[in-house]
Amino acid sequence: MRYSGLKVLWEGLRGQSGWAPVWRDPEPKDEYDVVIIGGGGHGLSTAYYLARNHGITNVAVLEKGYLGGGNVGRNTTIVRANYFLPGNSEFYSHSLKLWEGLEADLNYNVMHSQRGLINLFHSDGQRDAFARRGNAMINQGDDAVLLDREGVRSYLPYLDFDNPRFPVYGGLYHPRGGTARHDAVAWGYARGADSRGVDLIQQCEVTGIDVEAGRVTGVQTTRGAIRAKKVAMIVAGRSSQVAAMAGMRLPIESHVLQAFVTEGLKPCIDHVISFGMGHFYISQSDKGGLVFGGDIDFYASYAQRGNLPMKEHVMEAGMALMPMIGQARVLRSWGGIMDMSPDGSPIIDRTHIDGLFLNCGWCYGGFKAVPGSGYATAHLVATGQPHETVVGFRLDRFATGVGLMDEEGTGSQHNLH
Amino acid sequence: MRLTCPHCGDRDLREFTYKGDALALSRPDPAADSKIWDDYLHNRDNPAGVTRELWYHAPCGGWMVAERDTTNHVTTRTLTLAEARS
Repeated sequence: MRYSGLKVLWEGLRGQSGWAPVWRDPEPKDEYDVVIIGGGGHGLSTAYYLARNHGITNVAVLEKGYLGGGNVGRNTTIVRANYFLPGNSEFYSHSLKLWEGLEADLNYNVMHSQRGLINLFHSDGQRDAFARRGNAMINQGDDAVLLDREGVRSYLPYLDFDNPRFPVYGGLYHPRGGTARHDAVAWGYARGADSRGVDLIQQCEVTGIDVEAGRVTGVQTTRGAIRAKKVAMIVAGRSSQVAAMAGMRLPIESHVLQAFVTEGLKPCIDHVISFGMGHFYISQSDKGGLVFGGDIDFYASYAQRGNLPMKEHVMEAGMALMPMIGQARVLRSWGGIMDMSPDGSPIIDRTHIDGLFLNCGWCYGGFKAVPGSGYATAHLVATGQPHETVVGFRLDRFATGVGLMDEEGTGSQHNLH
Repeated sequence: MRLTCPHCGDRDLREFTYKGDALALSRPDPAADSKIWDDYLHNRDNPAGVTRELWYHAPCGGWMVAERDTTNHVTTRTLTLAEARS
């Protein structure tokens, strides 16, 4: 079923009686060409691009819960391409271009809104660093505008520009940055994959990975054994557990990242604002809620909920930056489980087992990567070779020390990003 | 979340700094194979369950090993480093 404005109008006139389920609920077959473990954003986009770009449709996505029930449904929905380092820069640039064509490609409204993102700076040194970052973004072919204090004021007049500790000196404006409807991204990819023949199998937990003579042969699941010529592990948040089934010990430590949303307000924050010095960022959803977050809690966790010190810190930073939000009441807070890699950058690579592929380590940047990651992982699974945008996302970069991508410049060790 | 400092008793999370997996206590020999160093520096068991990890308690300056469940943040036992090593 193709969606269109006319279809919406027509269904409105006939009592919404013509809509059909968007995807099937198939029983798992005995064998597939490709099994994707994980029905989150990255797994679903990988399935979609396997079918769309490579014509590989005998594919199953195995999800232990429901589609899009993990981090793709728990993030703060920001889409941007403002990375500095070679390796990351071209990947996120490619992903943003995919975002820009996504709704037409999927025939699905993911509510991608390029409302612009502003990274604030508060000192001469920070201005220099952001000028350099902006130049890197422009060299990559993306957009960046260095705003002075008055430039920021013209967009964000409600900030506390004269905060004694962090006075606003200016900001790096990324006009093509913005937000998207996170659930819709998962649903749009799921629908696109299903309509091309991919089996989306929910309530199906993988309990083992079968390997014979160094080659993957299938998976064991709570709904029986499934043979597969190739298997992709795309389970950020549980990567260590799934990889352990294949005898792998990953360079990943899982941390909880909290997010918050207020009651719905009239439109007041038109952009995505990032206040790096306070580890605080905010945007306003289309429903009107202020969606904001901060840094990880900085201890290993799978609890999907955080603790009070980080909540306090985030609220304090928000109040320091924009006191006007002080009367908004917080409706909800929640936590997502981040695959934290030592250098803060992701992994899309082959493994030591033939036919077994790994996509993990998205730290707190996985949402905007969903299109680019699926595109590149599908390429890797289909051809056996890394896509040109992810040649830097190697698993062995930690062992060799070659090609580490430490975007924050804090060191390639756990618990520093 | 509260943690129990072996010297000071139950204290708020704010007083503590997390270092990471307690494997930092078993530093490999400097001449060890690079595979062993890679395991030590980067690779982790990362359990969804009970983990042993290093924390620093700023008020008393003491390091400790906490056994903590990563799925519910409950700490079952904390040890001084001397106890943890023995």
